Amino acid sequence: MKDAIITIKGLTKNFNGFTAVNDISFEVKGGHIFAFLGPNGAGKTTTIKMLTTLLNPSKGDIVLNGIDPTKDKDKARRSFGIVFQDPSLDDELTAYENMEFHGAIYKVPKRLREDRIAYLMNLVGLFERRNDRIKTFSGGMKRRLEIARGLIHHPKILFLDEPTLGLDPQTRNSIWDYIKKLNMEEGMTVFFTTHYMEEAEKVADTIAIIDKGIILKTGTAEELKGLTKTKSLEEAFLKLTGYSIREERSGAVDNLRTAKRIWGR
Amino acid sequence: MEVLYVMWLRQIKKYWRSRARMIGSLGQPLLFLIAFGFGFGSIYQKAEGGNFIQFLAPGIIAMSILFTAMFTGIELIWDRQFGFLKETLVAPVSRPLIMLGRTLGGATVSVFQGVVVLLVSLLVGFKIGNPALLPLALLFMFLIALLFTAFGTAIASRMDDMQAFPLVMNFIIMPIFFFSGALFPLEGLSGPIEVITNFNPLSYGVDGLRGALGGVYHFGLFADLAVLVLTTTFLFAAGSYLFSKIEI
Repeated sequence: MKDAIITIKGLTKNFNGFTAVNDISFEVKGGHIFAFLGPNGAGKTTTIKMLTTLLNPSKGDIVLNGIDPTKDKDKARRSFGIVFQDPSLDDELTAYENMEFHGAIYKVPKRLREDRIAYLMNLVGLFERRNDRIKTFSGGMKRRLEIARGLIHHPKILFLDEPTLGLDPQTRNSIWDYIKKLNMEEGMTVFFTTHYMEEAEKVADTIAIIDKGIILKTGTAEELKGLTKTKSLEEAFLKLTGYSIREERSGAVDNLRTAKRIWGR
Repeated sequence: MEVLYVMWLRQIKKYWRSRARMIGSLGQPLLFLIAFGFGFGSIYQKAEGGNFIQFLAPGIIAMSILFTAMFTGIELIWDRQFGFLKETLVAPVSRPLIMLGRTLGGATVSVFQGVVVLLVSLLVGFKIGNPALLPLALLFMFLIALLFTAFGTAIASRMDDMQAFPLVMNFIIMPIFFFSGALFPLEGLSGPIEVITNFNPLSYGVDGLRGALGGVYHFGLFADLAVLVLTTTFLFAAGSYLFSKIEI
């Protein structure tokens, strides 16, 4: 067995009395593709934000590539790349300028950067549009560019928060092929969330299912299916998390946090 | 070094591409120059103050730098709302360096705006006292710009959206402008208004600019420089700290 590259122990996050992530513990092995599944508002994005230094945990320990990201933030930041769930491009800049900005702040040498940017932009079919400003792009094009951008610096750990949402199967396949190639050739660990169960089943080595801030089960797709005596991961997922439709809680949490910020802590 | 450069360049590009904003932000200084300059001109002359445009122009240049610098600092909130801030926050770059890149970019844009207002004021009759002192005037413009970009960024680090912006405009930016000696001489003031203007860093910026462009200082060249440099350093440090505390 390979060593764990991400170790989480007793991780908890409270927002004004609401517990978004409740005492979760798990490991991700180095070089694995790890799927983090759960219904809306389960705590996936909050967990990723804590792993990537965007949020400070209320409690618990994280070790990421041997580093504690709550203490040694800059060192931790060097070891990962992330594709966010919501947009994070600069609308006023062109596609190429956004890529160039990323390559520069991650200190990818200029020649290598240019090669990779050209390659990745071709991969996601946006090279022809490289000199257009982001504000002229559709949602799907932005998504593709963000994934390409997250790959410029070949991170040791790649976080993908619902990366393929709203993409057609062609694009999804070519992006996953490239990610798997990096995973094989460079041993890049991939930590991703998705609502496409067949995607998780196809690419993930390990799957964790989270709901209401608690990890319900961890294992391979086969193990989860065996455990729940179901035929597909989707059935296993539904059996574990129930059939009721969730409210998207993050909106309310964000509002609370906004109010808190404006009116002082 | 390249990190600093790309952060700076981004600010410049964004500014350059929003021509409407560039031209729009010239309207206010022009209005102040013409309305106040010519409106109060004769009464100022009767009070033996000399040419009012000559007095007013440095104040209006400082005003346009103040406004542009505060706005570019506060633009951090747009980055937060449109998501780009996340991209910067997860980058393996020290927070003071991000802060420095942003501040230098914002300051460059603001100085450019100040220079444009200087050119406009020449058109309405302002005369530069000693052209050899222009570099000193530029230095003062740059210090004012740095100070208030850092200040704007520091404020924006504590704000989540633009809802609080009118508050900042009316209770921070406007008072800084009105109590700075940009519109009236600081000589002969007394009581609370003297205290307030003495504690306002923009007073020293306006004074330095007025001295460099016209030759007469109120606080003195070195006092102006010292106050501006110290305040800028402090606000930059405070801004970096607040910036490093941002959670999304």
